[in-house]
Amino acid sequence: MSTDIAGSLESVTRVRGVRGAMVVSAEEGLVVAESSMEGIDGGAVAALTAGVVARLARATDGAGRSAPAFVHLRADAGAILAVPAPGDLLVVAVTDPEINVGLVRLELRHAAERLA
Amino acid sequence: MHWEDAVSSEDIRVLTAQLAADPSSLVFLPLGEALRRRSQLEAAEKIAVAGLTRYPDLADAHDLLARILGDRGDLERAFDEWDIALRLDARHAGAHQGIGFLYYVAGDLPRALEHLEAAHALRPDAEGVAAAVQRVREALAGGSGTPPPSPRGSAPEELPDAPPAPAGTAVRATPDMFEGLEGAQDGLLLLDGNGLRLGGGLTSPAGEQVGDVVAAHLAGVFRDASRAARLLGLGAWTSVAAETADANLYLCAPTDESLLLLVRDSSVPIGRLALQADRASAAARRWLEATG
Repeated sequence: MSTDIAGSLESVTRVRGVRGAMVVSAEEGLVVAESSMEGIDGGAVAALTAGVVARLARATDGAGRSAPAFVHLRADAGAILAVPAPGDLLVVAVTDPEINVGLVRLELRHAAERLA
Repeated sequence: MHWEDAVSSEDIRVLTAQLAADPSSLVFLPLGEALRRRSQLEAAEKIAVAGLTRYPDLADAHDLLARILGDRGDLERAFDEWDIALRLDARHAGAHQGIGFLYYVAGDLPRALEHLEAAHALRPDAEGVAAAVQRVREALAGGSGTPPPSPRGSAPEELPDAPPAPAGTAVRATPDMFEGLEGAQDGLLLLDGNGLRLGGGLTSPAGEQVGDVVAAHLAGVFRDASRAARLLGLGAWTSVAAETADANLYLCAPTDESLLLLVRDSSVPIGRLALQADRASAAARRWLEATG
């Protein structure tokens, strides 16, 4: 993992409630880089998140809208947040249920910008 | 003679014997296809699923299962299988052809043409595909909109059937399901787990009715979100929010078997969508209970 990507992901994982962050290839759903993902199956996060985002993109396209710039899947015991990045990548965070969504989104966007 | 008849019972017996002798062989592919052509869809699906358990990364196996599911009327799962086939092999002509047809059925002609042209480029000698490309081009140009070739009684290279919706799955017209709620007719959509619109409506910025197309795509989101949350130990999913440059979307499940979508201008914050979704979900549950 390059220093730039590592630093970007660490900025995300420093936010309270973030369990881990990763960079994922949107097309293949594979892990490109990850940070602090202890106890989390990074491969599963990558594949499943890429799948959800791809389907949402098809839905928004079908609705005549642009592709999602931010996706937030909430569940009873946690959440997944994703932001697209240049190069057909996604920056993804796995979090606790109660988090500062705005702050996580901001850090995800910063991380995505650093991947440009 | 219909082409289905070209597959004899003897062919089936031979292929079945070969598979029995060597369960790990790829003979399940021609056997499953032969059964499909003879409309023995239940048996064909079992063969295809068994083959996929051994060869989950084989695009041809997903293509086979997709064709069978298409014949059975399960277009959403057929789409998923062709989608997987293309992820495994982006140059799979059969998967491009199948997805192209499904996009056509959904009314998304540009995407239909994109995939059918890809199929044609990969398999230029397939007459059925060339004809389908031509018809979709004509439809896009404002022509008759004649559907792509019907598969039954035609060459196996041609497109799969677009079977009628299974009994009991027809869209129920409910103009007043969300009566009194903001966006009752445009921007609120209730669908079942199979991606069939139950109520509400959605209009694109260009003024086209896109509710059915979007609903078909969202069924997959419903399944993927459930799978993701469960497999990652996050419990049951409660909502999916998405922000685009020109709209905000909010998805939730009023019941275990329904999905609600709200679409609003990007100036409407997600938090407000969540509140509106609560009210719309309550209305949807009342309606679902009332209609059984």
